[in-house]
Amino acid sequence: MRIVVASGKGGTGKTTVATSLARVAAERDRVRFLDCDVEAPNAALFLHPVLDSHREVGIRVPRVDADACTYCGRCAEVCQFNAIAVVGQKTLVFDDLCHGCGSCTWNCPEQAISEQLAVTGVIDSGQTAEGIAFAQGVMNVGQTMGVPILRELKQWTAAPPPVGHDLRGRALEIRDAPPGASCPVVETMRGADFVLLVTEPTPFGLHDLKQVVAIARELGLPAGVVINRDGIGDDAVAAYCAESDLPILLRIPMERRIAEAIASGQPLVEAEPRYRPEFQTLLEHIVAGVNA
Amino acid sequence: MKLAISIAGQSLDSPFDARFGRAESFCLVDTDTGAWTTHANPAQSASGGAGVQAAQFVAKLGAQAVVSGAYGPKAYDTLSAANIQRLLAPGKDACSAADILASFTAGQLIPADGASHGGHHGG
Repeated sequence: MRIVVASGKGGTGKTTVATSLARVAAERDRVRFLDCDVEAPNAALFLHPVLDSHREVGIRVPRVDADACTYCGRCAEVCQFNAIAVVGQKTLVFDDLCHGCGSCTWNCPEQAISEQLAVTGVIDSGQTAEGIAFAQGVMNVGQTMGVPILRELKQWTAAPPPVGHDLRGRALEIRDAPPGASCPVVETMRGADFVLLVTEPTPFGLHDLKQVVAIARELGLPAGVVINRDGIGDDAVAAYCAESDLPILLRIPMERRIAEAIASGQPLVEAEPRYRPEFQTLLEHIVAGVNA
Repeated sequence: MKLAISIAGQSLDSPFDARFGRAESFCLVDTDTGAWTTHANPAQSASGGAGVQAAQFVAKLGAQAVVSGAYGPKAYDTLSAANIQRLLAPGKDACSAADILASFTAGQLIPADGASHGGHHGG
C-alpha cells in the first residue's frame, strides 16, 4: 500500500506526519519511505537513515547523428519545448529546455537520434535503525525539473533483507510529497493508494488544501485530513472537510514542545510518545479505508 | 535582401518591438524593392524556448537579416546557425518598422556580437 503525505501549503507539517507515521508503522510492518520533495528533502533529518548508496539520475537528452540527419525538421516540429531547432543544414539541441520526453527520437524518420543521460540529480538511499528502507531524491542546483527525478525515485527498490530476516507485516510505502500543487505533487500521487493531507486551520492552509484535494480527486484517490497546529486560525478547514466528505483523521495542537522537538530533529512520536497510539489509529484507519 | 523586423502590429508603420522571441509579429521587407509582408510570431506565447522558435520562424520566412532590440543566447545561436545576420536597434525611442528600415538603409544599425542577456528559462 502506498500512502502519500501532501499538503499544498508548505510548512504545514507533512514531514512531521510522514516520519511519525513511518516510525509507528515500522514497529509492525515493512516500511519503505520516499522523500519526494526533491527541491529540499528533509525527512532524513528526522528518520536519520544511513544513506550509503548514491545514484545519479536525470533526463535522456537527444544527440543527433549529423551523417544520418536529413534536416527534415520533424524533431523540431514535434518538440513541445522548443529544445531542438533545425535551420538549414544544422540541428541544434538545447539541453536545458529538454524535458526528456523522447518524442524527437521516436519521430525521427532516419533514426538519427540517440539519447544521452543528462544528470539532474541523485537518489540517496539506505536504511534507518528501525529497518525503514529510505530513499530521497535530490535535485541539483540550477535544475528546474523534479518530475524525472521523482520517476526514478518511485522505481527505487531497496536491497533485499538478509537471508533469514523476518518478513512479517504489511508492505507499506510512505511518500513525503513536495509542497505546492504542481507537476511534482501530481507525480508523487500517481500510482498511490491514499493521500493524507496535512493542513493548518488558516485561510492559506485551506486555499492550498482545496487545490491538492482537486488533484487527488482527479486521480481518483481516497483522501483524509490531518489538521496540524490545531487551535490557531478558524474553523473553515473543518467546515470545508465536512461539506466535502473528507474525514479529519487526526488533529495535532499548536504546542511549543512539539515545535522544539521538531527543531531538534526528533520525530513527533519519539519526542511526544503520547501521540504513538494516535498515529497507530491513523495508520489503521488509512489501511482499513483503502482495503474496504 | 530580406530583412525581418520585430514589430507590434501588422504593417510597416507598426511600432518596433524590441523583444525578439516574444515579439508580436515580424515585418519581412525586401530591401531591394521595398515590398513588405507581416507575419504573426508563433512563439509569442510559448511556455519556453520562444527565442528558438522565433529564430526558426524567421529562417523559414527566408530572412537573411533580422532587427530586434535584444537576443537571448538560444535565439542568438539559432539565428547564427541559420546564417541570419543579427542587428540591434535601440528600443527606447518609439519608432516604426519603416524608421528601422530607413536606419538599416542608412547603415546605422549595429550587428549584435553576442547574446544581449542571459536566458529567461525558468521551468
